[in-house]
Amino acid sequence: MSPVSRKDRMSLPRTAMPERDPVERAHGFDEVNLGFTTQMAVLEAQRCLLCPRPKCVDGCPVGVRIDEFVRHVAAGDFGAAAATISADNSLPAICGRVCPQEKQCEGACVLTRKDRPIAIGHLERFVADFSRTHRVDRDIPSPEKTGKRVAVVGSGPAGLSCAFDLIRSGHEVTVFEALHELGGVLVYGIPEYRLPKAIVAAEIDRLRELGVEFVTNAPIGLAETLGDLLESFDAVFVGVGAGLPVFLGVPGEHLVGVYSANEFLTRVNLMRAYKSGTATPVHDVKGKRVAVIGGGNTAIDAVRTALRLGAADASIIYRRTDAEMPARHEEIRHAREEGVRFEFLTAPVEFIGGSDGRLQALRIVRMELAPRTGEARPLPVPIAESEVEVPVDVVIVAAGNGPSPLLRKSSPDLTHGARGTVQADPATGRTSMKGVFAGGDIVTGGATVILAMGAGRRAAASIGEYLRSGQWELRATEQTAG
Amino acid sequence: MGISPHNFRVFLILDAQLLAPSVKRFWVEAPRVAQHWRPGQFVIVRVDIDGERIPLTIVDGNKYEGTICLIVQAVGATTQAINLLEAGDSLTDVVGPLGTPSVIDRLGNVVVIGGGVGTAIAYPVARALHEAGSRVQAIIGGRSREYVILEAELSEVCEKVYPATDDGSYGWPGLVTDVLSDLVKSGGPIDHVFAMGPIPMMRAVAEVTRPGHIKTTVSLNPIMVDGTGMCGGCRVLVAGGTKFACVDGPEFDAHLVDFDILSARNGAYQEFELAQAASCRAAPS
Repeated sequence: MSPVSRKDRMSLPRTAMPERDPVERAHGFDEVNLGFTTQMAVLEAQRCLLCPRPKCVDGCPVGVRIDEFVRHVAAGDFGAAAATISADNSLPAICGRVCPQEKQCEGACVLTRKDRPIAIGHLERFVADFSRTHRVDRDIPSPEKTGKRVAVVGSGPAGLSCAFDLIRSGHEVTVFEALHELGGVLVYGIPEYRLPKAIVAAEIDRLRELGVEFVTNAPIGLAETLGDLLESFDAVFVGVGAGLPVFLGVPGEHLVGVYSANEFLTRVNLMRAYKSGTATPVHDVKGKRVAVIGGGNTAIDAVRTALRLGAADASIIYRRTDAEMPARHEEIRHAREEGVRFEFLTAPVEFIGGSDGRLQALRIVRMELAPRTGEARPLPVPIAESEVEVPVDVVIVAAGNGPSPLLRKSSPDLTHGARGTVQADPATGRTSMKGVFAGGDIVTGGATVILAMGAGRRAAASIGEYLRSGQWELRATEQTAG
Repeated sequence: MGISPHNFRVFLILDAQLLAPSVKRFWVEAPRVAQHWRPGQFVIVRVDIDGERIPLTIVDGNKYEGTICLIVQAVGATTQAINLLEAGDSLTDVVGPLGTPSVIDRLGNVVVIGGGVGTAIAYPVARALHEAGSRVQAIIGGRSREYVILEAELSEVCEKVYPATDDGSYGWPGLVTDVLSDLVKSGGPIDHVFAMGPIPMMRAVAEVTRPGHIKTTVSLNPIMVDGTGMCGGCRVLVAGGTKFACVDGPEFDAHLVDFDILSARNGAYQEFELAQAASCRAAPS
């Protein structure tokens, strides 16, 4: 361990992530963060104060033993660090890149009080990338086979993390994906410059090496129903996500030039419209004005993507202020550096088009924040007579996503919530249908990659328990917490 | 794109027949779709690894052989690429069945209208209605005689098939809506009309049946990406509310559809398509 005293360690600066130059990166889809060097990783890990009761672990939705892996990095034992992470996290190269660390592990780090928490996300990414390129963490022992078969519906974060834990417990796992490519939101939603597709493919290949079967082009609910799956599988996990885009209900939303963020990002990410030679079109935004409505990660992804496609003006229109933006802090900072314009306290009231049905302008209204009691975010209220019309060529609506609608009609035995979410026990993922578990955005509504992965893990533990005991009804005290 | 994790399952074309100029019928191996499809549903197809996803109606299926029938008219770059394929070639992706199946019932006197390649969408519905005990008549239109398709197949499930051609080279000289107007006036009561074809045709059919309040169903063909309710690109305005054609449709009540919006949205990528067509022409063949 480092000879540096605890006091000195507390005053060391946080190691900065090397980043591609903002001017260069704003015109391409190459990854923005370049990753720690070995020296940077060791240096950063050595800042860790080795808390006896580490708060960072409690801050992680999948319970990665962060203190332990950071200690291994500090000692230069990256293989051991990788093994520690892999024990709890099936997709570390992805989580290291897209988790909102400031709200989770790093938010809980005691050094956050000094404004320099350990860069846990960057370290996780370093370990995962090092382990993948140097193949230091490839020997996951083959478990004893149970002879039980589990179907996982959806190949996004919830499904992949569930599949990982199930296969390591000796169950046979088949993952069904409706799209032609695996990864769910990791491939259709999150852009290449933030999460390269090759990283997602490599993480999925690791699951395949462990024995997970993948079936693409399989829209469960329209092809096989959940009932059909239960005839050939002992249990089913539903992790189909929140893919249904929410529109604002504002007049003119049908105009050509108004996109859902899902459509815009799917065209660019999944269908690779940004590359020449691919057949999928996307609006040519070169030299155009693009406005994105929303303040979450999806909104930031859409606006930075528009910038990379050549937009002359790419702006975020958000009805609250930057303090309330749900997006990751790093993404907001990156967007600013690249030249994204932010219009806070502003909301759209109408999309205005020409006689050809194409978008020409946006009517917006200024908002002010009315404080609310408790922990609720302040309520944005329109300011009277503050409406103005601004010319715009493309608008992208990133106002959130609802639960995927595919399973609802064909699964009458599955109890749904008011907004179409599947009802499942948060601790076990058990639904109203015997043998069917659910977790991730389909249960919670749109949330984060890591929360979905946590739900997938808890469900996998509960599936294991169900397959062992055959008991479906659990008393609250016996429920597996994951 | 070598990095895409893909399970290398290809969808083999077993049979390919030209039905009309630039209109081709394919039988494709797609066991999952063949097993589960119902009339009114569609598949999303990709022709190659860099291809776009396009929706195609499932015309027929054989669950024992695990095959489905698709009919494709070459209009854009992707459909042109598909129509170059022959038996022995394959499609990269076929996903389905997608969409809400047609409500098939004993509906009494039914008129099913197919315009051009829309007849391929109309045929499975006509057949299912016939099998459910409805009395089905069909009106099928084309630019000229050679563009009238599936007449023999429809004749097997319809009491009467009325062809119509724009140039008068076959059947009724004129529009399918002329024939429909005649049937509405003098052909006895009509309980339900189904219309599948170009937007102007479906809109015109809706206007013929509106005064008499004849229940009319159209199958909409907006631009789609995923076809599973995820992108919202296929949103249409029906009875003043937003619907996604891929999951809520593709069939809707013709009298409630906003055809102006549908028409404008379907032209969203006109410039892209024209540029693509121009570069195809410029490329040496």
